[in-house]
Amino acid sequence: MMSPAHYLFLSLALFLIGCVGVVTRRNVIVVLMSIELILNAVNINLVMFSRVFGDVAGQVFALFIIADAAAEAAVGLGIIIAFFRNRETVMTDEMDLLKW
Amino acid sequence: MVSAPDYFLEHLWLIPLFPLITATLMLFVGRLLPKSAVNFFCVGSVLLSFLHAAGAAIALFGMNPEHRVFQQILFEWVTPGPIPGFGGPIPFVADWGYLLDPLSCVMILVVTGVGFLIHVYSIGYMAHEGGYYRFFGYLNLFMFAMLTLVLANNLLLLFVGWEGVGLCSYLLIGFYFLKKSASDAGKKAFLVNRVGDAGFLLGVFFIASIFGTIRFTSQGLADPVAFAGINETLSAMLTQERLVYGAPVLTTIALLLFVGATGKSAQLPLYVWLPDAMEGPTPVSALIHAATMVTAGVYMVARTNAIYQLAPVAMDVVAVVGALTAIFAASIALVQNDIKKVLAYSTISQLGYMFLALGVGAFSAGVFHLMTHAFFKALLFLGAGSVIHALSGEQDLRKMGGLWNTVPNTSRPFLIATLAIAGIPPLAGFFSKDEILGQAFARSATVDRYLFLWIVGIITAGLTAFYMCRLLFLAFFGLSRVSPEVEHHIHESPRTMTVPLMILAALSIVGGWFALPTLWGEQSSFEKFLEPVTKGVIPETVAVKFAHHTLLVEWLLMGISVGIAGLGIWLAYKAYVQHPELHSKLAASWPRLHNVLLHKYYVDEIYDAIFVNRIKDLSVAFGVFDGKVIDGVGVNGAAWLTRVLSRMSMWWDKWIVDGLVNLAGTFTRSLSHPIRLLQTGVFTSYAVFILVGLVILLAYYGHHMQVLVRSLR
Repeated sequence: MMSPAHYLFLSLALFLIGCVGVVTRRNVIVVLMSIELILNAVNINLVMFSRVFGDVAGQVFALFIIADAAAEAAVGLGIIIAFFRNRETVMTDEMDLLKW
Repeated sequence: MVSAPDYFLEHLWLIPLFPLITATLMLFVGRLLPKSAVNFFCVGSVLLSFLHAAGAAIALFGMNPEHRVFQQILFEWVTPGPIPGFGGPIPFVADWGYLLDPLSCVMILVVTGVGFLIHVYSIGYMAHEGGYYRFFGYLNLFMFAMLTLVLANNLLLLFVGWEGVGLCSYLLIGFYFLKKSASDAGKKAFLVNRVGDAGFLLGVFFIASIFGTIRFTSQGLADPVAFAGINETLSAMLTQERLVYGAPVLTTIALLLFVGATGKSAQLPLYVWLPDAMEGPTPVSALIHAATMVTAGVYMVARTNAIYQLAPVAMDVVAVVGALTAIFAASIALVQNDIKKVLAYSTISQLGYMFLALGVGAFSAGVFHLMTHAFFKALLFLGAGSVIHALSGEQDLRKMGGLWNTVPNTSRPFLIATLAIAGIPPLAGFFSKDEILGQAFARSATVDRYLFLWIVGIITAGLTAFYMCRLLFLAFFGLSRVSPEVEHHIHESPRTMTVPLMILAALSIVGGWFALPTLWGEQSSFEKFLEPVTKGVIPETVAVKFAHHTLLVEWLLMGISVGIAGLGIWLAYKAYVQHPELHSKLAASWPRLHNVLLHKYYVDEIYDAIFVNRIKDLSVAFGVFDGKVIDGVGVNGAAWLTRVLSRMSMWWDKWIVDGLVNLAGTFTRSLSHPIRLLQTGVFTSYAVFILVGLVILLAYYGHHMQVLVRSLR
């Protein structure tokens, strides 16, 4: 039998993988994909706790997050393409215009 | 005498007004008028003036000989109220008034008469010149100023005329103002006259403050007490013994006035402008620089004779200056080669004669010579102008000769004028010059030192005869030395020029006949006519005494003066006609003397060295001062100071005011620098921060998490 802790560990693993991906990867698309992992880690948590507490709101939140992730991916990719047209790169270490 | 109903006396003011009107007309619309209209207006106005002057003169003759005075005050002109004088404030008023007495009567007749003839002559002479209307306008303006001068009833109005004629003289000398020498000569005349005028003005101020009036006389006025004149005040002061004969203040006044006379009448030491004034057109030389304006000084001294008679020292100065000028200028005239320059020095010399006469107390003789001189000197100048006209502008005597028959209507009047100035009886010059010499000799009978004046006068008479005949012989006799290209242009002048010559020639003959009675030992009628004016207010006891010589002595004196004139003529004939080579031999045997005379005693050079160049040095020094001190220290210094101050201000602004601002900025910046470094712009680093923050937060709130996790179990 799967206990909530398993889910939490799974979610933690996913979250950490996503976080490492966001921090370490230089390709923005991979970073975006890593963010999707983080979001899904959150989704697993939400669904798990929804089941534990018998409250369906957590699952509704998960659905919202999935929709949000889709929208985010669309917008993020759009930004990336626009950025690529300007700078001809998608590498994060070259996106440093906001620095001091 | 007061209620003279005579038209000409009542309209005395018209005499100066006619030329003024036409002068104004010429000034404003002259350019638009044709020459015939200019002639009509300008010559016509002078003719009208002459007719009015003649009418006034006839009316004056009609009066009682003792009271031949007509005075007319048109309006009060300068009324400054009481002015400070010696011994309290004095009521002072200068009126615009005209005084006609025998003296001014002679003057207006000479001025308008000779002036009219010269105007007529100018029609011919100036026919081919530019600026025709301008010339006649100036000439008319001159007539106005000169008539104001001689008709003025007070010294201030006389001064207006005095300056007016000076102005016209300046304008007309510089008539050909494109010629540098002409405009320079005009300036020289004007500036030299300023020196004299300063003295004259001081004299007028002295008179105003001593006598409280500048009117010459109160005779002919309705209220002689209220309108006191100089003569009456002087007389009253003498009887009250507030002034005495020979008082220093009278001498001062007389000398100051005489300084003015030396300027205007070209006496030593201020004569230098007159020879240069010959740059003007010849009719101007005749009218202004021979016949009328230059005699203004003589007129003025004669007019104020009441003061002079009471100042014996000043009289002696006048006489000596006159005599020295006469011989000095005559000696220069001996060797000059420019026909007009000879005449100019001759004019100076003759003016010296007039002052000699005034100085020995023979005022009427001086004025008499003034009149006759106006006739024959105007004739000489006009004749010279006619010769110059005939020779297409040639003025050098060395390039003339043999013109006697080619220009007969010029040469014959010229001969008459020459004989007149040389003093050959019965021409005008003989009588007037003889009267001067006779009076000088008569004075020497009582005071020996006057004999010196007589001797100088006699020598000058000889010199005059010599240089005038030299001029005559060089111009009209001998072989022609005229350059060939001029030779076939020689022509007699037109009628308008020769007719005035003939009239003046007639006047040069008969002009002296007023003095005919002296031949049989009676008083000259001219002298008798002027006596009311020339007797002054001097007490009988100190009055100038002229010794009465027997008729024999008088005739002897005449004989001497005629003899010396004859000697002069004979020498000139010898040296210039019989043996034309003689004069150059003479010049060669005394080269130094000849050179000194030819260079006019180097007076111009001396004046240049002493005054002109020193003033130039001074102006250069002022220029340097202006450049170095005013501009350098003052203007540029101020600018330099402003620049230094603004630079300092700028430094302060930049380093202190802005520096403080920048310091605050830099301070803030350096403080914030470490924080700034966090902003890498690379979003992965931001993500790291977020994660680190999250981890810290989680670590901090860890126990809550533990509780949560435990509760899930």
